[in-house]
Amino acid sequence: MFVTQVYGDNGKMKEYHYTGPVEHRFSPYSFNGGTVLAVAGEDFAIVASDTRLSEGYSIHSRDSPKCYKLTDTTVIGCSGFHGDCLTLTKIIDARLKMYKHSNNKCMTSGAIAAMLSTILYGRRFFPYYVYNIIGGLDEEGKGAVYSFDPVGSYQRDTYKAGGSASAMLQPLLDNQIGFKNMEGVQHLPLSQEKAVQLVKDVFISAAERDVYTGDALRICIVTKDGIKEETVPLRKD
Amino acid sequence: MALASVLQSESVDFSNYGRQRHGFASGLYEAELGLESVGGDRLSFALSTSCSNEDGPDRKIEFLHGTTTLAFKFQHGVIVAVDSRATAGSYIASQTVKKVIEINPYLLGTMAGGAADCSFWERLLARQCRVYELRNKERISVAAASKLLANMVYQYKGMGLSMGTMVCGWDKTGPGLYYVDSEGNRVCGDLFAVGSGSMYAYGIVDSGLKQKDLTVEEACDLGRRAIYQATYRDAYSGGQVNLYHVHSEGWTRVSQSDVLMLHQQYQAEKA
Repeated sequence: MFVTQVYGDNGKMKEYHYTGPVEHRFSPYSFNGGTVLAVAGEDFAIVASDTRLSEGYSIHSRDSPKCYKLTDTTVIGCSGFHGDCLTLTKIIDARLKMYKHSNNKCMTSGAIAAMLSTILYGRRFFPYYVYNIIGGLDEEGKGAVYSFDPVGSYQRDTYKAGGSASAMLQPLLDNQIGFKNMEGVQHLPLSQEKAVQLVKDVFISAAERDVYTGDALRICIVTKDGIKEETVPLRKD
Repeated sequence: MALASVLQSESVDFSNYGRQRHGFASGLYEAELGLESVGGDRLSFALSTSCSNEDGPDRKIEFLHGTTTLAFKFQHGVIVAVDSRATAGSYIASQTVKKVIEINPYLLGTMAGGAADCSFWERLLARQCRVYELRNKERISVAAASKLLANMVYQYKGMGLSMGTMVCGWDKTGPGLYYVDSEGNRVCGDLFAVGSGSMYAYGIVDSGLKQKDLTVEEACDLGRRAIYQATYRDAYSGGQVNLYHVHSEGWTRVSQSDVLMLHQQYQAEKA
């Protein structure tokens, strides 16, 4: 898809006035919006994303979720440039199959995270424009969240928001799950019901204030019994 | 190149498939499952992209120039102290980054610059050190490990890698501390501080090291204090202070202290 200089590369439209001859350059990237969020609990993990696919001022689709199931215990959320998200998930699926055939077992969440880091770094000089967050269960059955930057730097977290509304969601999660900037509050462990409700509330807030987030929310809950999916409607404006 | 050899280490070899390279279009078909090498042809396209595309992923890649890491030698080994903040532009991407990479039980590497660059190349260094151990039946020296790292990144000089690391360890010549960066510098020394908060850290450590013969406890306090002061004055450093001590038996993780807690502790001590 050709992106001309009319749209800046972050998706916002540039001001229209005559500035003289402008060199139009082809940009291989485009920004398709979307927000992803993952939370790790004691024995569960939640990966949630909105389902809006946008470009510039247009919405391409209201039903394009950004969570992809990798194994029975791992889900990945990818937002950023949709083309790279699709290719990256295809590559990860292929590598998972190769691993399964070579080693006769499924990749663990930690192994998938380490592999994704090297896949992303392999394109260090022409990056995948994707913000990834992996949510799943580790070998001990505890919830694990791994968050990445576009070139493969990653670390294990308890919770992380990525994508267009990440700067709005992350402080709220810091406060509610990390108990940051709260004094004299008991640090209770997060239950699954409370976590799901928190994720829904947080996305409703994001849809209010971020133009690229909305339409619907897809939640994937990963437990030892498998992956359960839930869809919740969001603002469509 | 080192990067190519790692990424093609899977048993299936796609590297020779469709080797014509003319322009951008054919480059796309070669996205071989993440196993392709970092080609020189795609480089020229990528460089021009990065000039015109400030808002693209280049700006959003996490960089740790905003950081403070320090290491110094003393009588009982090497103290390594780092902060834990990672920024993407002016957004704080994380306050809990592990900027000390445990290469092996007696070698540590610190991270400053590009987060992915540092962690990838130091992980590769860990692999090379292990291979050395297996081939030579003895541990690698700090000088040799730092040289391996310096030579690996020198091949990519000018391509935009950003890495400023200190390789710290203990080998048969005693404590070792080298500063290695992506420009090709490799320098041996007794004290280094790297990052945007390094000047503040140098001030504290230089004055604290004037008294000779620090005990382990005093040296740890000095390192912790230096990072704390740097986080106090540098907007791009913060989070927690991670402190390691390298001695003859290897390295030990001494402490992880939140900067806010340290602030309250030092305020109380002043009173």
